[in-house]
Amino acid sequence: MKIIVCAKQVPDTTEVRIDPVTNTMIREGVPSILNPDDKNALEEALKLKDQRDDVTITVVSMGPPQAKDMLKECLAMGADEAILLSDRAFGGGDTWATSNTIAAAIQKIGDYDIIFAGRQAIDGDTAQVGPQIAEKLGLPQVTYVQNFSLEGDKVVVERMLEDGYEVVESAMPCVLTAIKELNDPRYMSVKGIYDAYGAEDPVKVWTLADVGIDPSLCGLKASPTKVVKSFVPQLKGKGVMLEGSEKEMTDALIVSLKQKHII
Amino acid sequence: MDFQLTKEQEMIRKMVADFAENEVKPIAAEIDQTEQFPMENIQKLFRYGVMGMNMPREYGGAGADDIAYAMAVEELGKKCATTACVVASHNSLACWPILKFGTEEQKNKYLPRLTGGTIGAFCLTEPNAGTDASAQQTVAVEDGDSYVINGSKIFITNGGVADIFIVFAMTDKSKGTRGISAFIVEGDTPGFARGKLEDKMGIRASSTTELVFTNMRIPKENLLGQLGKGFNIAMATLDGGRIGIAAQALGIAQGALDVTVNYVKERTQFGRPIAKFQNTQFRIAEMEARICAARHLVYDAAHRKYLSMQGKKISYTKEAAMAKLFASETAMEVTTKCVQLHGGYGYTKDYPVERMMRDAKITEIYEGTSEVQKMVISGQVMR
Repeated sequence: MKIIVCAKQVPDTTEVRIDPVTNTMIREGVPSILNPDDKNALEEALKLKDQRDDVTITVVSMGPPQAKDMLKECLAMGADEAILLSDRAFGGGDTWATSNTIAAAIQKIGDYDIIFAGRQAIDGDTAQVGPQIAEKLGLPQVTYVQNFSLEGDKVVVERMLEDGYEVVESAMPCVLTAIKELNDPRYMSVKGIYDAYGAEDPVKVWTLADVGIDPSLCGLKASPTKVVKSFVPQLKGKGVMLEGSEKEMTDALIVSLKQKHII
Repeated sequence: MDFQLTKEQEMIRKMVADFAENEVKPIAAEIDQTEQFPMENIQKLFRYGVMGMNMPREYGGAGADDIAYAMAVEELGKKCATTACVVASHNSLACWPILKFGTEEQKNKYLPRLTGGTIGAFCLTEPNAGTDASAQQTVAVEDGDSYVINGSKIFITNGGVADIFIVFAMTDKSKGTRGISAFIVEGDTPGFARGKLEDKMGIRASSTTELVFTNMRIPKENLLGQLGKGFNIAMATLDGGRIGIAAQALGIAQGALDVTVNYVKERTQFGRPIAKFQNTQFRIAEMEARICAARHLVYDAAHRKYLSMQGKKISYTKEAAMAKLFASETAMEVTTKCVQLHGGYGYTKDYPVERMMRDAKITEIYEGTSEVQKMVISGQVMR
């Protein structure tokens, strides 16, 4: 059984500050990490590998050469293979161009049974790349997976909704996007660290030519998304928490809205 | 001279620090109170390859270097000295002597178990043989294809939870230290009994027990090293063990400083955080400088041990003793100052520095007291 995990290296947004003049992220000095939801995606694949002898896990990422570090972390956690799609031609891609590139690479890897991805990356928060990969590969997809099991030749998952969950069955191959409720990711192992970070670099790098994708389908030129402006929302005043019964809180809210001449 | 850590060392620090923060810290105060051995976490540390991490791959270890090992013990020690103590004793005192002095059969038989989930212990100290370790009263008498061991040991770290023991016993009393031999003993051997659990000041969740051997029959193939070489094996093992304890002490000191830095920024007296007072600033500066000095001593000793294990002709006896002496006294001094900076709150169990101060004390005592370290250091200097 072959599992592909899609992962992204992201800035640790808990430590990100915004430049007040340019309104862009200050990336200097901010550590890069494996995107948290992607860690859950990898963990679910690793759990399958713990249970079955025939599982191999390939982690795929697109990014600059320094994203290798994140892929090494995936290997140190227990993945078998890591492929970094890295080429200037891929640069500046939005989710559309990115999913074109990753889908093409996955097609090239071939012979997969399950593709796990994180729900969304903490830098862009789009939650689009996983579903787009499924569409471009013509695969069924289930997003927001909070529980997973393999039953015969199909997968049975719980898909989280706002007020509950639905149980979804899918044939394989399929794309599943993981949320943090799915599992508790393991740590790297000491052996894994020595194998992944040693003198021999185990991460494979695929360029445009290796992926074999039409250059017009990837990178900035293939990206329909145009960022017109980005800005930091102004800090608003402190909120007020109303307390009491529903009626008391409603009364207080109406009084407050009337005082402010909103109603 | 290169003070740069390797990428592997950096990542091991990160991994163990994450583990310590998420798995060890949340139970540290509780197990100090209940004296409950942290078996679940120790088994996880086996699974992640920290228990037995220095052992070569062919025996199930990770083949980790000694600086990575010291950093792992240090990171655990920052959050829980008990956990650091269990890991250090297992790696340095049980796995290492088998790797260094064991036959190929012994290594193949015991090391995969010691890297796979079985805890080890080192049994040298007796009621009348503490710092004077040569005064062993446990005796091993040759009888056919085995040795029959009688005697008792005290203060054995991991005594209640280990299943593989390195036991020292007198095989020829007339020869003094040259009459001491080492044996590998399994916990289910008839005649082997675990005595009472010590009620300790610190590292309270570590299992420190008495062991009693009554007509315990050990096959001759379990003699570790040559007959009569046990004292040398014990001393060589303790040379390395001291690096582990020094790393544990370093962790305790750093852990106490870390929580104290947070505390002094939050605690307000006379209308401002106590961090704004020069007394606080100077104390923090003194502690930081001392801890960094201790760290250099510990990593230097660890690096020398690594080179020595790689076959280089280099000694680490003096460096390990200096690291342990300095790091353990640093731990005691730093934790005492940290309690002082916490004031009355520091004297309660609501803050971790109280536990850290109690934990620090043992590092000046076990695996050779500070006085023994001074004997070793001066002995090396004035050879």
